[in-house]
Amino acid sequence: MAATNIETWQSATVIETTPVADGIARIVLEPSLPLKAEPGSHIDLMVEIDGEPAKRSYSVVESSDDGTRLVISVMRAPLSRGGSIFMHGLAVGQRLEITQPLQNFPLRVGAQRYILLAGGIGITAIANMAAVLKRLKADYTLVYVGRSRGAMAYLGELAELHGERLQVHVDDEGSSLKVPELVGRADAGTELYMCGPIRLMDAVRRSWVERELDAPNLRYETFGNSGWYDPEEFIVRVPKLDLEVKVPQGRSMLEALEDAGAEMMFDCRKGECGLCEVRILELTGAIDHRDVFYSERQQRLSTKMNCCVSRAVTSATGSRADAVGPAVITIEPN
Amino acid sequence: MTAVAATSSTTNKILPHPLNAWYVAAWDHEVTRKPMSRRIANRPVALYRTEDGKIVALADACWHRLAPLSMGKTVGKDGIQCPYHGIVYNSAGRCVSMPAQETINPSATVPSFPTVERYRYVWIWMGDPTLADPDLVPDMHQMTSDEWAGDGLTIHAACNYQLVLDNLMDLTHEEFVHSSTIGQEELSESDFVTVREGNKVTVTRWMHNIDAPPFWLKNMRDKFPGFEGKVDRWQIINFEAPSTISIDVGVAKAGTGAPEGDRSQGVNGFVMNTITPETDRSSHYFWAFMRNYCLDSQLITTQLRDGVHGVFGEDEEMLQAQQAAIDANPDYEFYNLNIDAGGMWVRRILESMLAAEGRLVASA
Repeated sequence: MAATNIETWQSATVIETTPVADGIARIVLEPSLPLKAEPGSHIDLMVEIDGEPAKRSYSVVESSDDGTRLVISVMRAPLSRGGSIFMHGLAVGQRLEITQPLQNFPLRVGAQRYILLAGGIGITAIANMAAVLKRLKADYTLVYVGRSRGAMAYLGELAELHGERLQVHVDDEGSSLKVPELVGRADAGTELYMCGPIRLMDAVRRSWVERELDAPNLRYETFGNSGWYDPEEFIVRVPKLDLEVKVPQGRSMLEALEDAGAEMMFDCRKGECGLCEVRILELTGAIDHRDVFYSERQQRLSTKMNCCVSRAVTSATGSRADAVGPAVITIEPN
Repeated sequence: MTAVAATSSTTNKILPHPLNAWYVAAWDHEVTRKPMSRRIANRPVALYRTEDGKIVALADACWHRLAPLSMGKTVGKDGIQCPYHGIVYNSAGRCVSMPAQETINPSATVPSFPTVERYRYVWIWMGDPTLADPDLVPDMHQMTSDEWAGDGLTIHAACNYQLVLDNLMDLTHEEFVHSSTIGQEELSESDFVTVREGNKVTVTRWMHNIDAPPFWLKNMRDKFPGFEGKVDRWQIINFEAPSTISIDVGVAKAGTGAPEGDRSQGVNGFVMNTITPETDRSSHYFWAFMRNYCLDSQLITTQLRDGVHGVFGEDEEMLQAQQAAIDANPDYEFYNLNIDAGGMWVRRILESMLAAEGRLVASA
């Protein structure tokens, strides 16, 4: 069935929640309007943070053929904005509002070769694709990268299912992924699908461009929640609206401005569409661009930013040692 | 619930169509470098060929504001450009260029559908692409075989596709609808045998020692100039899911052994039919008439195509009127006759395919 992005909300019951790696919970949901989830699909669901509803997106790791069981996995982020803490507190029998599966990351059937690359919790978006490619007897390699084995969900299951097609790289075992080598294995008939931290994805994008491979054959999904630097609290000033707002560690600049009553333009809220772009008038600190809307050239210019995901940080090195007070950014919204 | 209770007891008047199946999207010659639009299984599809001649089938609605891509033009080796804001997609439906920005939104794709070019047709799979096995394309090999010659056309039938299948699975209607060409009263007087095997249904009917109706008399005289006399006539209807029906038809000089397998004293044709749902109430009906005699005669090819076109025009009129009557009489059910055995097996097969897709809805 074709991809849909029309949100159909339904209730779902938590029927299982189990730890599958350090800080990662596997949560099985039973939706009231079952629909089989295609590879690459995700669900949006409503979490509660300090009594307030908020929307979060999670990839569907697997679904039963009739769609009556949807599996997601959630990492408890150390700098969580509250969503992952809520998800880790779920109990069997609890009900949630979720959408039917949505699709922004479709797997194309029929490529000559596939490379699937998952970094950390990014495996949640990739695992289902790998399972389908295995069933189709496609030529694929699944590359799974993590900090330590203990933090990598589903390692055992994936090894069993994919055998030699699975390649594991673990930082604390000294077997870190060498991105240029990986991309060096791609040719004109290869499609690479990836989901992981933005540093990894940026490195792959750069190698892909250097090797002059076709841009559309590099597929990725970003939920806009990782950056080059840890999130910090910073100050945003909007002279046009006579506003000065503190952006806490756990909130986006867009949310903080909305909280302060600014009427902001936005759409995707994950750094893809460019609608929440604001002009930067003045900056003390640096911009941690977390979007995929700007090219590297545009990000270096730092005259604009996508305020849904990108943040200000105190220093360009990301080190707090040389920082004096929070970063301050003065902007003009669209 | 028991298995018996789960089976619908009424005959569905507007049958949904399975999506996990190959349907004909177009004749091979219809699809060119210039994009065309065709609604298939309720979805508009843009069809074109790449520079290398490969078929591309994309959802006919741009990711951005849903403008029809088929109104755009092909660009580069395999791309198509939206006519409205210039967004370019490749043959896989991935955006390769966006206006006024240096990057491409990673979610900018339009669905692309698997296709296979076979038997002079372009086949399309509208359902789960991971199930689109080319080996599942229904057999229509007579269309491209050296042993058969012929041609066909497309009918735009203003009815649910199942009504066309019903029409072809029971040919007793020829006596009434096609009385001037292929109809004769022996059709409803002769016995028939129905066999179902898996996703195939066969209905066989022989009429022995009868007068050839005008269509068949002409064909006999093409092969056997000056032929006079009685014939044995056959109709062997072969259905293959979801909607392909090839009908082995012919007549042979009576008593020369055709029913036993020797058709040398006769003429044989295959009426090739494959029906693609357009909407719930309209269908693309692709047909051809293939023959195994006088293979080099373009005259006979054209005569047969035009002749069958006239015959099928009578069906088209009946099917449209039937659909209108169904819609005008929502409170009435379908009832079945013994002659519907073939058509009812077809329904049973389609309903099981629909059930497997979770799309079988109870008759309204």
